[in-house]
Amino acid sequence: MIDFQTSPDRYRHWKLALNGAVATLTMDVDPAATLAPGYELKMNSYDLGVDIELYDAVQRLRFEHPEVRAVVMASNNPKIFCAGANIKMLGVSSHGHKVNFCKFTNETRNSIEDATANSRQTYLCAVSGTAAGGGYELALATDWIMMVDDGNTSVSLPEVPLLAVLPGTGGLTRVVDKRKVRRDLADIFCSTEEGVKGKRAVEWRLVDEVVPSSAFKDAVKARAEALAAKSDRPADAKGVTLTHPARTITADEVHYPHIDIVFDRDNRAAHITLKGPKADAPADPAAIQAQGVDFYPLALARELDDAILHLRSNETSIATWVIRSEGDSGRVMGYDALLQRHGASDWLVREILLYWKRTMKRLDVTSRTLFALVEPGSCFAGFLAEILFAVDRSYMLDGTFEDDDRPAAAVRLSALNFDGLPMGNGLSRIATRFLGEPETVAKARQTIGRDLDATACAKLGLVTGIPDEIDWSDEVRLMIEERASFSPDSLTGMEANLRFAGPETMETKIFGRLTAWQNWIFQRPNAVGETGALKLYGTGKRAAYNQERV
Amino acid sequence: MSSIDYAEKIPNNVNLSEDRRLQRALESWQPHYIDWWKEMGPEGTATSEIYLRTAISAEPDGWAQFGHVRMEDYRWGIFLAPPEADRKVNFGAHKGEAAWQEVPGEYRSALRRLITVQGDTEPASVEQQRLLGRCCPSLYDLRNLFQVNVEEGRHLWAMVYLLHAYFGRDGREEAEEMLARRSGDADKPRILGAFNEKTADWLAFFMFTFITDRDGKYQLCALAESGFDPLSRSCRFMLTEEAHHMFVGESGVGRIIERACQVMTEHRTDDVRKFGVIDLPTIQRYLNFHYSVTSDLYGAEVSTNAATSYNMGLKGRFEETKIGDDHQLDGTTYSVLHPVAGGFQMIEVPALNGLNERLRLDWAADVAKGVERWNKIIAKHGIDFRLTLPHLAFNRAIGHFADIAVDPAGKVISTEEFNRRRDEWLPSDSDLAYVLSLMGGAVHKPGQFANWIAPPPRGINNQSVDFDYVRFA
Repeated sequence: MIDFQTSPDRYRHWKLALNGAVATLTMDVDPAATLAPGYELKMNSYDLGVDIELYDAVQRLRFEHPEVRAVVMASNNPKIFCAGANIKMLGVSSHGHKVNFCKFTNETRNSIEDATANSRQTYLCAVSGTAAGGGYELALATDWIMMVDDGNTSVSLPEVPLLAVLPGTGGLTRVVDKRKVRRDLADIFCSTEEGVKGKRAVEWRLVDEVVPSSAFKDAVKARAEALAAKSDRPADAKGVTLTHPARTITADEVHYPHIDIVFDRDNRAAHITLKGPKADAPADPAAIQAQGVDFYPLALARELDDAILHLRSNETSIATWVIRSEGDSGRVMGYDALLQRHGASDWLVREILLYWKRTMKRLDVTSRTLFALVEPGSCFAGFLAEILFAVDRSYMLDGTFEDDDRPAAAVRLSALNFDGLPMGNGLSRIATRFLGEPETVAKARQTIGRDLDATACAKLGLVTGIPDEIDWSDEVRLMIEERASFSPDSLTGMEANLRFAGPETMETKIFGRLTAWQNWIFQRPNAVGETGALKLYGTGKRAAYNQERV
Repeated sequence: MSSIDYAEKIPNNVNLSEDRRLQRALESWQPHYIDWWKEMGPEGTATSEIYLRTAISAEPDGWAQFGHVRMEDYRWGIFLAPPEADRKVNFGAHKGEAAWQEVPGEYRSALRRLITVQGDTEPASVEQQRLLGRCCPSLYDLRNLFQVNVEEGRHLWAMVYLLHAYFGRDGREEAEEMLARRSGDADKPRILGAFNEKTADWLAFFMFTFITDRDGKYQLCALAESGFDPLSRSCRFMLTEEAHHMFVGESGVGRIIERACQVMTEHRTDDVRKFGVIDLPTIQRYLNFHYSVTSDLYGAEVSTNAATSYNMGLKGRFEETKIGDDHQLDGTTYSVLHPVAGGFQMIEVPALNGLNERLRLDWAADVAKGVERWNKIIAKHGIDFRLTLPHLAFNRAIGHFADIAVDPAGKVISTEEFNRRRDEWLPSDSDLAYVLSLMGGAVHKPGQFANWIAPPPRGINNQSVDFDYVRFA
């Protein structure tokens, strides 16, 4: 099992040094500490295990260290800043693992950019020694790239000339979209194995500045302090320690304090129930701080995040996730209001909202069929109602079940559903859903705070269908069984295309265009065949390509 | 074809005047080179006349013409060994194809890198040695130093010619960079570690020319096998000059040993420092240092780059064409020493990946022969002392031994023990200070030698030992 829970005392690959407003995250990969056998993580190359630690460090820096305003990404290897994803690891990994690995690393790079843009914790990268492939992509995720000008240190994306694949962690996209490198220069850069160093790297906008070795350390420090000075993060606040959520995993069930997962293996489905808060929302940020990691929206986000990652990596044949909720909508709305009230003024509340945003995005790019079922006793309200707009289809029971004296289900929207939890395309899920009918968005907005029953939800188009008690169980059963009969590949492709209506952004390009091309190339003999470049890498032998352009 | 036209601004045997573009490019690089030489070449030599050998043709009888040359008049040029008719690519995936006269597009970067790394070592050693003239032990040795320096300078020209002629703008930029980097500079160091070490004294210089220039020989031999014919021809000619550098090193250390042994037997003591000569244990520590640091130059024991360069046909093995195998190494293995829990083990790796190690071992065997010749000097004096080469894993910074601490005998020890006992094995600050203290002033009287070194048995080019090898203005 791949476990996404870790903590600094267990890190094998990263060193986190805190110095007031500036933290330094230093890559120092232990070659022997691999996630799987068959390769060594030489030259600061990484596998999923290295990235799990990175993700953990990024999360902890946000939540545990409000005083940290700038983060320097550095390397302990004087020759190689980072050589990117380990090629032998890619060579021995299944296609599915490669795809999942790239998705997670992309999400982590995006979360670094989110920290800079929205948590006001600015990342900068101090490149000393070659940053190749994924190494440069790591740098690209930061807001400011500094490079040693020693005649040797370079940045490169050597995937095409060396490995016959793509820089799959946003490299191509960020070079032209984020750093706005001219396309012809980018073409040269991405087809030159050794990359670009020194002044030319600045001229081409591949890095922001180059500094001689002897002045590098001081320059990085000065730059980090200058970036830190621009942040609004509080110097005197206390962080929230991210202890691991309790989790029990058995053959057919996974349980967290607020999430139950039960597998229906015959139908390759997971039934996921999100539980509402057990108590009313606390009064103010001080009380949120006191509850810390147990504060309901934070606790649920962390559990959901872990559950998504767990299911993606360890339950690959579970094709359909059926999500329900269970609890008191009024209480959820209490938390929702608290988050809205303090989102702009309190660093911790801001972090929690950003975390919800990222977790919902994780759901958006999950290659599983997502269904939501709204039943009596459910609490799809406010930020929890956002689930309904993240799934591929949602069904709401019209009325009640016999032998169940709970009232009919209701959905409640809040302002967060319209603003505050945007998708990768920059729009809210509701705006994306109603791309062709903006007036519906306005109508939905007018219902904020009101209970919407099945008929109202159907009328507004907030749910897919509203079967009554007579049809409910058959509808649900048929939907799940039908889904299980389709090709998992075509479903993945279909869902990924339908979920992201609206404008393209760097994020949608990375998860759409770049990822799709990469995953295609990952399947092709020119990369992974017996004489493909990825297979032959390291042997000195030359790849033999099928020369037909497709 | 192979005679050299000294009437031209840049002496050459490559018909430079027929390629105006290239000629202009090199003529614009030339003043930068001269500036570099003035700044970083041997100190205070501009007006001296030095008894140097100069190549007048690349034929066997033409490349070693001797005569006094004013350093400022010295003409560096471009000389390639004569072409071999119908030369083929002799190894790797392209074995049997005609050798390339132009750079194959797909190998452009890889070749440029190989040439740049090789080229960078040439000016580096000149920089490392630039102050040694101040404390030369004799005119004979001073002349040898300058000879080595001008030839390293010419070797830079050889590599720069290739960069200019075959690699376009990128090549010209690399050629400029060669003159911008400086040995030991914190901001612009030379590419390879050993070329950023100090060469502060003459024992270090002789060790360097004996051991590190021998690495140069093996690297040049491997590149002389290249399927890229101009590189092969350049390296073949450079090799004719390299032999003298190693002779300077081996004989220099040998003469220091000879002098130590003379004092040891004369005064019946091991404590020769009080007589102003260099003791054998210090020589051993210098040997340990230069051997281990140079060992790193071969790169990782198991190497993808080495495999790739070989398979591409760019860099072969030592004496590739004399080896009796298929020269492609598909499916064959090579046994490489690996560190394993507290010890070592020979592990079979694909032969292509073991090529760095193979070249390193060829070199190591050659070094060992020289050390044995030194031991004969000691034995001749009836002294019970043997110089030995340290274990290959000793004091390594590159490759799979870099993370373990090993004593010279090859015992894996703790880093703490290594640090504690370092000065037993490597030159200590006091060793360096002592050797430097002997290098007080330059000996400029013909036939006279510093106390710490014996005279050579014979002079250069059949001249006597007391010949005026250097004339000062």
